Amino acid sequence: MSRDRAIEPRSVQVGMRLVSGLVLLFLYVPLLLIILYAFNPARSQAWPLPGLSTRWFVATWNNAEVRTALITSLKAGLGATTVALILGSLAAFAIHRFRFFGREAVSFILILPLALPGIVTGMALNSTINLGGQLLGLSFSLWTIIIGHATFCVVVVYNNVIARLRRTATSLVEASSDLGADGFQTFRYVILPNIATALVAGGLLAFALSFDEIIVTNFTSGSEITLPKWIFNNLRLPNQRPVVNVVASVLLIASLVPVYIAQRLTQESGGLVSGRGAVVSAIEDAGEQPAAP
Amino acid sequence: MKRYRANLIAAAGAVLVLGACGGTSSAPASNLPQSIGTGEGALNLVAWTGYVESGKSDPKVDWVTPFQTATGCTINVKFADTSDEMVTLMRQGGGTQWDGVSASGDATNRLIAHGDVAEVNVNLVPDFKDVIPSLQSPKHNTINGKHYGIPYMYGPNVLMYNTQVVNPAPTTWKDTWETSSPYKGKVAAYGNAIFIADAALYLKAHNPSLGISDVYELTTKQLDAAIALLKQQAPLIKKYWTATTDETDPFSSGDMVIGTAWPYQVSFLKSENKPVAAVVPSEGATGWADTWMISSHAQHPNCMYQWMKWTETPAVQDQVAEFYGATPSNAKACDLLRQHIGASADNDYHCGDNAFLKNIALWKTPLQDCGDSRGATCTDYTVWSQRWQEVRGTK
Amino acid sequence: MAQTLSRGERLQAPPPSTVRRLRHAIGGFLYRVPAARLALLLGPVLLWMVVIYLGSLSLLFITSFWRQDSVTGAIVQNWSLTNYQFLVQVDVYRTIAIRTVGIALAVTATDIVLAIPIAYYAARIASPRVRTLLLLSMVLPLWSSYLVRVYAWRTILSGDGVLNWTLHQLHLGSVNLGFSRWSLWIVFSYLWLPYVALPVYASLERIPNSFIEASTDLGARWFTTFRRVILPIAFPGIVAGSIFAFSLTLGDYIAPDLVGDTEFIGNVIYQSVGIANNIPFAAAYAIVPVLVMGIYLLIVRQLKAFEAL
Repeated sequence: MSRDRAIEPRSVQVGMRLVSGLVLLFLYVPLLLIILYAFNPARSQAWPLPGLSTRWFVATWNNAEVRTALITSLKAGLGATTVALILGSLAAFAIHRFRFFGREAVSFILILPLALPGIVTGMALNSTINLGGQLLGLSFSLWTIIIGHATFCVVVVYNNVIARLRRTATSLVEASSDLGADGFQTFRYVILPNIATALVAGGLLAFALSFDEIIVTNFTSGSEITLPKWIFNNLRLPNQRPVVNVVASVLLIASLVPVYIAQRLTQESGGLVSGRGAVVSAIEDAGEQPAAP
Repeated sequence: MKRYRANLIAAAGAVLVLGACGGTSSAPASNLPQSIGTGEGALNLVAWTGYVESGKSDPKVDWVTPFQTATGCTINVKFADTSDEMVTLMRQGGGTQWDGVSASGDATNRLIAHGDVAEVNVNLVPDFKDVIPSLQSPKHNTINGKHYGIPYMYGPNVLMYNTQVVNPAPTTWKDTWETSSPYKGKVAAYGNAIFIADAALYLKAHNPSLGISDVYELTTKQLDAAIALLKQQAPLIKKYWTATTDETDPFSSGDMVIGTAWPYQVSFLKSENKPVAAVVPSEGATGWADTWMISSHAQHPNCMYQWMKWTETPAVQDQVAEFYGATPSNAKACDLLRQHIGASADNDYHCGDNAFLKNIALWKTPLQDCGDSRGATCTDYTVWSQRWQEVRGTK
Repeated sequence: MAQTLSRGERLQAPPPSTVRRLRHAIGGFLYRVPAARLALLLGPVLLWMVVIYLGSLSLLFITSFWRQDSVTGAIVQNWSLTNYQFLVQVDVYRTIAIRTVGIALAVTATDIVLAIPIAYYAARIASPRVRTLLLLSMVLPLWSSYLVRVYAWRTILSGDGVLNWTLHQLHLGSVNLGFSRWSLWIVFSYLWLPYVALPVYASLERIPNSFIEASTDLGARWFTTFRRVILPIAFPGIVAGSIFAFSLTLGDYIAPDLVGDTEFIGNVIYQSVGIANNIPFAAAYAIVPVLVMGIYLLIVRQLKAFEAL
């Protein structure tokens, strides 16, 4: 809602602004230090830095492992996002349009992978893959990573799509049918444009969730190295830590663009709720009364 | 599940499983490879940090790139921090994920018993004949005359200390165990159940009434005493390290000043010009003798044999020793070492000194069978792991 | 040119192509049989979640009743309650569980306290431009690497890190925070703060100005309004946001290893799986965080249902 000026008393406004500033400082000092350390010429992590140098940027650029890990992460992210987009939107349509027995249960099941601690999800998937390995010859690979990621990315897309569907008047669909469109045409010309931005936002969030995932990935990746796993392995090697700092800094700067896009796309639905914020809304939904058609 | 292409390495797994948990050999070794075939182009290794250097730590320290150039086997290494982790890794994917491992004595017997590693033909490693006598057929990698690996490096778990804070140089482990320690809250300890043996080692010297002889074969009473000592030590500990950086970082920053370490950490900190030194105190030390072992389901067996051959050569053994701080198993490497670092080869490394090796309580898997007159009354590794959790949980 | 129709002749549309007829047939069928539509929409998702996710969870649960053979390390499929008995009998696991829940609660409380001011400022006081900037800046940290952020704190809090250096410059001595419960508390609070702040923001934003004005008209000062009008309305959002701070802290096994000095549930489970390969025991212990989260979610749901009344 818009307001021209706040109605809180001046002292409160100043106080809130001050504390907010401090909290922002708390949030950003470590990030700024990461970027600063990327220019650290030494491999020791002591402060203060002996100077500034771009030698580690060069080293990172030449590092084949980083490139491989990055590509693996991109592939996993795209795979997981695609699956999540399809399954998430299907689920959103199902739950939005139909009242059926177990409706609440379904939205609850969708939330579980994010609500339960990642180590439980990781362990569970790991056991299944090992069992699958014994019975079906299943092995740890990029596909198992994608399966693991997609499982908790679904709810992110689901939440964004269903929030948008709730804001879309159903009369649009009726009008489309009245004008002679069949189901497929209605979907293509009426519904899809309406949820397009929700799909993009959900997809971006799902991708972000998958790209930085390590907790579950440790259990589902086998010998595949995603970027977070590469970071995990290399933080323990003193000579590789500066490279890790460079990688993290570059990613941080590079993610400014998708963050901005995702934020703008979800502006009207109350602003960006992160991947896990999707769980909040999903839980609210699970407890809600069925919306009136 | 991929089939391993080379039929040179036998399905010795079956033989090994038959010979498990008893050590009685049944069928004679069939299909031991008689020659090393063409390399498969890749090699997946599990190793201790610092054992497989490809120039990443220091551009001048590299015994991987020459190997890759010579054999065409590109190495993919995973650094593990504990023997437990190594055993688990070698069993991943039914044993197909990793071709070889630099196993310490507390992993080797478990791997052999479970059939995870294959017997090796030591004739394919020409430098094997120069390995010091006590490491040619040690109990931890040779069962009934069958060799299950090629010895690599060995060394003690030294007492590392900050020379500026700990004065004079310590001669005993006392300040890492006793509550009177002036370094409370700044002590290092190894974060794995095998560390119980270090407690036993201390008790062996300071509490002889317990009658501890073999620090890896403890009766329940002896184990209780060791656990009590460890719980007493817990408040002294800054952090239980497993990854080497979990010890080198706090030592660098001054958060840790004394504690058990591998020679690698000492070498590393010295290369960073930090004021550290190491000593083997009067009570002695635990230690390890590492063996390169090949998986029974190795996907790249020829490359692994090439690696075992390569790492046994005096030149490579000398390089590793100088970088890591461990002692070479190849006696010929000692000459090279003496050439490069002089008297230190004998004073610090005790290169080729059998007596020194005998004095190290090398890591081995605790078994129920005490191996002496006490019979089968000792506590095995599962019990150790469980009791260890108690120690870790108290902090 | 208009087509001239003879008497009785009708203008016919061209016969539909095969594709069109297929689409109409399918579309018609789906329209007439809603259950088919539902099955098509819900089927894939349900199949995935039930088979892959719930199936895995069930397998985990089943595994907790098996044992690991102490000699070979293989999993023995004899049904028994040994793992659970062991968990109950050996004190240390209870200690670890309580310790984990404790820090999870502490982190959650800290994050709520830190989140409310910034969320309030963004939702109610800041201008639209500043609000967008604030939201962006709250979200951006989530897009950076979790591992690197933890490591950044490890560097900051170490003996020769930024914190001690700053204190030294200010002649305030030094602190020994590296590898301690304090550093873990700081790091967890830092990591999950955005996850808590955003739902709190969303719930604060929804409060109409009129509520606050009415409260003021009735004679309440701002703090009373905050306490008795704003907080209760924002409460569901706060509680919902707390789920992440709690759940993420409960199961984390990486941060305690990097910046802590003690063991939590996550560490025990991770070591059991990755190092000891004792999956049955790890599965049994994993039930603990599942139960705790189940209770937490139930409480959350109850509170919200209560609010909806």
